Amino acid sequence: MPLRIAIVGVGYSGFDSMTPGLSTRELMFEAASRAYEDAGVDPRKDVQSFICCTEDFWEGISITDEYMPDQLGAVLKPLCTISSDGIVGLATACMHIMSGIADVAVVESHSKISDVLNPDEISSFALDPIYDHHVNADPRFVAGLEMTRYLKETSTKRDHCAQVAVKNKKNALLNPRGVHGANLDKDAVLNSKVASSPLTELESSKTIDGSIVFVLASAAKAKKLSDDAVWINGVGWSSDTPWIEDRDMAKATYAEQSAARAYKMAGVQNPATYFDLAEVDDTYSYKELQSLEALKLAAKGKAGKMVESGTFDRDGRLPVNASGGSLGVGHLLEATGLHKMLEAVLQLRGQAGRLQIPRAKKAVVQSWRGIPTATGAVAVLGN
Amino acid sequence: MKNRVAIVGAGMTLFRRRMLESPKELSFEATRMALDSAGLELKDIQSVVSGSAPDAFDGVHMKGEYLLDGMGGIGKPNQRVYVGGGTGVFTPIGGWWNVASGMYDTCLCVAEEKMSPLHPHPQYAFWSIFDQILERPLGTTLLWIFSLEMRRYMHKYGITEEEIASVAVKNKGNAVDHPCAQLGAKITVDDVMNSEPICWPVKRLDVSPPSDGAAAVVLASEKVAKKLTDQPVWLDGVGWTLDTTHWTNRDLAYPEYVEKAAWMAYKMARIKKPRKEIDIAEVYDPFDYKELHHMEGLQLAGKGEAPKMAVDGVTQRDGDLPVCPSGGLLGVGNPIAAAGMMKICEVFWQLRGEAGKRQVKKDARTGLAQAWGDLMQVGTVAVMRS
Repeated sequence: MPLRIAIVGVGYSGFDSMTPGLSTRELMFEAASRAYEDAGVDPRKDVQSFICCTEDFWEGISITDEYMPDQLGAVLKPLCTISSDGIVGLATACMHIMSGIADVAVVESHSKISDVLNPDEISSFALDPIYDHHVNADPRFVAGLEMTRYLKETSTKRDHCAQVAVKNKKNALLNPRGVHGANLDKDAVLNSKVASSPLTELESSKTIDGSIVFVLASAAKAKKLSDDAVWINGVGWSSDTPWIEDRDMAKATYAEQSAARAYKMAGVQNPATYFDLAEVDDTYSYKELQSLEALKLAAKGKAGKMVESGTFDRDGRLPVNASGGSLGVGHLLEATGLHKMLEAVLQLRGQAGRLQIPRAKKAVVQSWRGIPTATGAVAVLGN
Repeated sequence: MKNRVAIVGAGMTLFRRRMLESPKELSFEATRMALDSAGLELKDIQSVVSGSAPDAFDGVHMKGEYLLDGMGGIGKPNQRVYVGGGTGVFTPIGGWWNVASGMYDTCLCVAEEKMSPLHPHPQYAFWSIFDQILERPLGTTLLWIFSLEMRRYMHKYGITEEEIASVAVKNKGNAVDHPCAQLGAKITVDDVMNSEPICWPVKRLDVSPPSDGAAAVVLASEKVAKKLTDQPVWLDGVGWTLDTTHWTNRDLAYPEYVEKAAWMAYKMARIKKPRKEIDIAEVYDPFDYKELHHMEGLQLAGKGEAPKMAVDGVTQRDGDLPVCPSGGLLGVGNPIAAAGMMKICEVFWQLRGEAGKRQVKKDARTGLAQAWGDLMQVGTVAVMRS
């Protein structure tokens, strides 16, 4: 039986390279106020569970849930941190609703990366402390290795990866949240500074600030709250080995496993023809291709060709990252999954403005937790 | 609730000041024991919930990812749940929603903490829990705020240091019978009173030690549990609550957030009179006064009345309401998240009659485990039944 949990409210704030006028808590307050208004709920009366997706080192605080309740209206309420991507937070909220402890649950995640002086150093602290941390390199060396392996094992061409960046950055020009939108050609992408060979800087998403809040409700409660609810029909999350040395670097195993669970739950038989749009991980250009193959939206090794032929353009057969994705909008740390969800929800509600894809009814959303993890999540949405 | 949830296996490592095993290895040991005790293999496990307190202890960012293989999480849905010191009891609560929701039938819940890598002392990790602008410049430590809370609690109800010390005496004494314990000892109230003041009124023997260790339980849905064991322990009530960030604005004499968390769990378990219906309680005791403070929040004692119960022996292992029969954090040790999970393990063993020399005298059918953490802010509560 498909999962049937409603998204009844979304709100966001920030979406800029720097947000010096607002603290993290103020960003959260703005996003939460908008989400509660959108859902028509009072957090103090109507919400039974609050979930924040954060990691201590990004916050510069040990035990970050300490600083979460007030601005969400969650004082003296059940609130917890799920140290993972926002989509895993949404999955948690789904389970809270399914187990009957909540009929309305709230999920928040944010990035305040502009407060972090040494983001690369922080990322490096996630490498194995004994075997890998001492490498003392830009942590994107892992992406360079993965990309090399992916290109070698599939017939994907170097150009295909660059085309992903061209497509997503162009899409972002129409997105009011698109901080890193640009009209570039493949040569500009390929000739930009090397981040970690063969990956270039224009193929590597840039972090931005922002907070995103989702309000979820049970089917019964959603009837009372909303007439344009978007439904989560399936969700899956999974992790491959934490050892970067042990993985099959050519593919996104975690995404395959997450998708298999989410598709089964939602009853999706033929993912390649089922969806009207996809918002997938594009932290790095090649990641979008790997992810599309893991999600079975493209045959193994064929995603690159399909990008080149325009299949995944906004007016193509299956628009992928029509929002601009992480390459075009920006990367929001653990809120990246919620950003992709936000873009899909706006599409399914018909509120995507100049980005709107006609007749968008079914979407798949996928996220990855970034280097050096092999953890990701997938959600299947319908309206 | 779609599924009733049972605990079908438990395991834990030694708790010690410095363990030679890596965090992954500690997690593995506890996980292996829990699986063995449930008669399961990793392939039988559908999802994993992990618990570990600040990443600053290990100096590893995204610690949940790092611990993954030790905790059996490869290729599985894994959630790291995190509410500071409350994480230990919250980890099986995370497992509870994995199973109660009908999403999964089996869930492995592992809590690990290795505090010893932090030099010169694990306390330094706690400096970074405080507000960057208002509190950190003071060089605040956890001991300061606990001494404030202990002093407030004593002042409001006229409680003496000696009454509070009786808890340390009981718990360290109980821990003598725990094979994993770090600080089991037969001591007296005078020993506590004469121990070095760290931040008055908190003295050396009022405090639990920093430790390394791991503990784990296996959860299963009713359908699966009944096939696995004749003695499932049901996780019938769970609750958690977070109070405001601004700890300076609340009356530290009473933990309202623990009360709210407790009632959430009691309502779920259909408990109306906790003092009558709870047979044993593993109450969170990082400091001796906290056990008393929490008993009141948990409605196991009236406000200001818990010290008398401790002095009168009600909370001893052979008393009417045994509290921390394991030896608690004061005796067994306090590897933050693993310590809370140790309490869940203890109630599991007690309700199954498997606690050996620690087995309480009364016929215990309903037990409770509780943890607490953050800026004196979060309560996590689990109610278990045999």
